[in-house]
Amino acid sequence: MTENNAQNPITTDAIIVGAGPVGLFAVFELGLNDVKCHLVDILDRPGGQCAELYPEKPIYDIPAVPICTGAELTEKLLEQINPFHPVFHFGQMAESLVKTPEGKWRLTTDRGTVLEAPIVIIAAGGGSFVPKRPPIKGIDAFEGKSVFYSVRKMEQFRDKKIVIAGGGDSALDWAINLQPVANHLTLVHRRDEFRAAPDSVLKMRSLVAEGLMDLKIANLTTLNGADGHLTEVVLQEDGKQPHPLACDNLLAFYGLTMKLGPVAEFGLNLHENLVTVDVATFETSVPGIFAIGDINTYPGKMKLILSGFHEAALMAKKAFTYVHPDRRYRFQYTTSSSDLQHKLGVTEAA
Amino acid sequence: MRIICTDMEGKDHELLATEEWSVMEIIREGGIPILAQCGGSCACATCHVYVDPEWKGKIPEPNEDEIGLLNGAFDVNENSRLACQIIFNKNLDGLKIKLAPGSL
Repeated sequence: MTENNAQNPITTDAIIVGAGPVGLFAVFELGLNDVKCHLVDILDRPGGQCAELYPEKPIYDIPAVPICTGAELTEKLLEQINPFHPVFHFGQMAESLVKTPEGKWRLTTDRGTVLEAPIVIIAAGGGSFVPKRPPIKGIDAFEGKSVFYSVRKMEQFRDKKIVIAGGGDSALDWAINLQPVANHLTLVHRRDEFRAAPDSVLKMRSLVAEGLMDLKIANLTTLNGADGHLTEVVLQEDGKQPHPLACDNLLAFYGLTMKLGPVAEFGLNLHENLVTVDVATFETSVPGIFAIGDINTYPGKMKLILSGFHEAALMAKKAFTYVHPDRRYRFQYTTSSSDLQHKLGVTEAA
Repeated sequence: MRIICTDMEGKDHELLATEEWSVMEIIREGGIPILAQCGGSCACATCHVYVDPEWKGKIPEPNEDEIGLLNGAFDVNENSRLACQIIFNKNLDGLKIKLAPGSL
């Protein structure tokens, strides 16, 4: 993709914040109305909560789909919206939203992507997925300098004394990947049980057995160091005195949690951290900005995926008037409209 | 039937309890803020509570999923449970639980 910035933004018809099931279905409803979409999501893949929280869990209340998993629902939605060629910007958080002198919305992400469009759809569910921070006093002073919640460059950890905390796939994968790079690596987990791929657990245990890394069943209680640089962590093992372990870098992988994040600063009316909307259009208090799915609230709101789908359809009707002000909105059915079928790519060329 | 829920400030709330509801639902519908981000599908550990030791024996042991999530949660002790996995029944009338820091 070509570099873009504030001088050279990516322009499109609609920017969707959040690529969960509702954000994905919005692409479909907008697509039928000739509105092209770019989507921004902090996760590295589509599906939102369906991908992150319950990919394997069954969902029973999608109309006409008696049972599907979160992963399957995501896959089906991607197939359904494929004719509209949505563009995804993964692994980045929508950070700021401002109006341009031309009256468009300019959205900037924390990775520097700049998008401009006449409308924005907030489909951010429970907010951004961000790493859970362990409740260790003073940890914020080390964050970004010697304490990290993700790995962008492995080289950064070469010849370092690394402590990895956590017992899931991320903790094990990074322990296995960084072990050859590190000066010394210790995996710290509360229990000698891991919620991770069995292969990774075996690999980790064999590295421990060969003496190439350590495994400590303990709680991390204290971080010691100065100016953001760690020198040691203190471990508390069951029935033992707390003891220090020399450490340059701590990588904590305790899973993700949802926080509303920068959406709270977009200037929209909120009620208990949810965005209030007009139920006829799902437009927020700010014209041209819509909110659909779990992130919005209105009298009678039910946080169901199917509610979000309904909201997407009504939103798209109003969205059309911003993107195509010169055109008259036409209500059509996919069963009978050759126009819609053409957009979906399901008719023979005339 | 009732449960007693102690909030993060240490204040007790008596909440109307209904059989077959999860304790997470009883707390949420009782108007006490609880994150419960995954909505009760045992996938997130944001409905972490401490069960009063006197009541622990009356609640079935956690399953493997719940144990795994608790192992990855913070401020966990021997009384830790996920409220979405405790199903209320009449033997639990008067159950005492306390919200854990990660549930808010």
